[in-house]
Amino acid sequence: MDLKTLIPQKLKEKFPAVEFEITDYKDELTFKFDKKFVVEICSFLKSDTGLEFRSCTDITAIDWATRKNRFTMVYNIFSMKHNFRLRLKADVDEADCKIDSVSSVWRAANWQERETYDMYGIKFNNHPDLRRMYMPEEFEYHPLRKDFPLMGIPGSIPLPKK
Amino acid sequence: MGLEAYIKDNGFLTTQVNAIIAWARKSSVWPMPMGISCCAIEMMAVGDPKYDIARFGSEVMRFTPRQCDLMIVAGTVTYKMAPVVRKIFDQMPEPKWVIAMGACTSSGGMYRSYSVVQGIDQFLPVDIYLAGCPPRPDNLLHALMKIQEKIGKTKASQFHDVPLKEEGIKLPELNVIQKN
Ligand code: SF4
Repeated sequence: MDLKTLIPQKLKEKFPAVEFEITDYKDELTFKFDKKFVVEICSFLKSDTGLEFRSCTDITAIDWATRKNRFTMVYNIFSMKHNFRLRLKADVDEADCKIDSVSSVWRAANWQERETYDMYGIKFNNHPDLRRMYMPEEFEYHPLRKDFPLMGIPGSIPLPKK
Repeated sequence: MGLEAYIKDNGFLTTQVNAIIAWARKSSVWPMPMGISCCAIEMMAVGDPKYDIARFGSEVMRFTPRQCDLMIVAGTVTYKMAPVVRKIFDQMPEPKWVIAMGACTSSGGMYRSYSVVQGIDQFLPVDIYLAGCPPRPDNLLHALMKIQEKIGKTKASQFHDVPLKEEGIKLPELNVIQKN
């Protein structure tokens, strides 16, 4: 069976309680669901023998600035067995800026979640080592948020004395 | 050939100490290749036989700052890298000079953003700003010649780090890296 029909079918069968929002844009399949199911769904997609999404290509977020659910987490995953790419999305609100970490599913997610934390300030529950990735440890802001000025905040990162 | 021809019958030179030290200094400037990004590729090209920085006595790129007197900062200096660059500069013995190679190093260049230092002169004393993205190897040689010109005009007495007799000998203050 075609994977495009197989994946939604399997997911709906396995998770009857979850509401999936499925989009198929430019031949790319995207699933959107509630953030509390993220670990279950990811580990199912990885371990199911008919799917085997063993590679976590990228994890990032989108900042919608003024929208109600301010952030959207984006997971791009890849099945080597079927040469098939899939995108997962989950909304995260600013008031509850947390989501479960999928680093227990894919080890590669560890650094990608650290990067997302550094740039957007989304916290990952159960992450083994949630430190900043690029910015200095003592930096207080999250640069890829829309309300962060392009040129930064003067004096927020100290320079050595001349 | 060269100098030897003049001294074949016990010839001698008369000159000022300052002049001969400056001449010696400028003819063998040892660079510290602080290659941080793409400009470093052009800096490497300067060392190859086509451009051949050895013609200027600067082929000894030292990767330890203790043996250098010219720092070529080649590349984009981010805020996170700035303390590292400064620390390496601080480890170089006096006298020392700095070339800011490329647009990024001189002014932040095309990286007008929160993460890139908008010009290393905010934390280093720069002698030469070198324009270009990246500057051609010949440009770097030009900058080196300008530095040599500058060194040629210096006086050795400017740099004496041995204290004068009256002052007594002072030990340099230890650099306290972190205070608890
Ligand atoms: S000036 Fe251009 S070539 Fe040099 S480091 Fe910057 S971007 Fe790279």
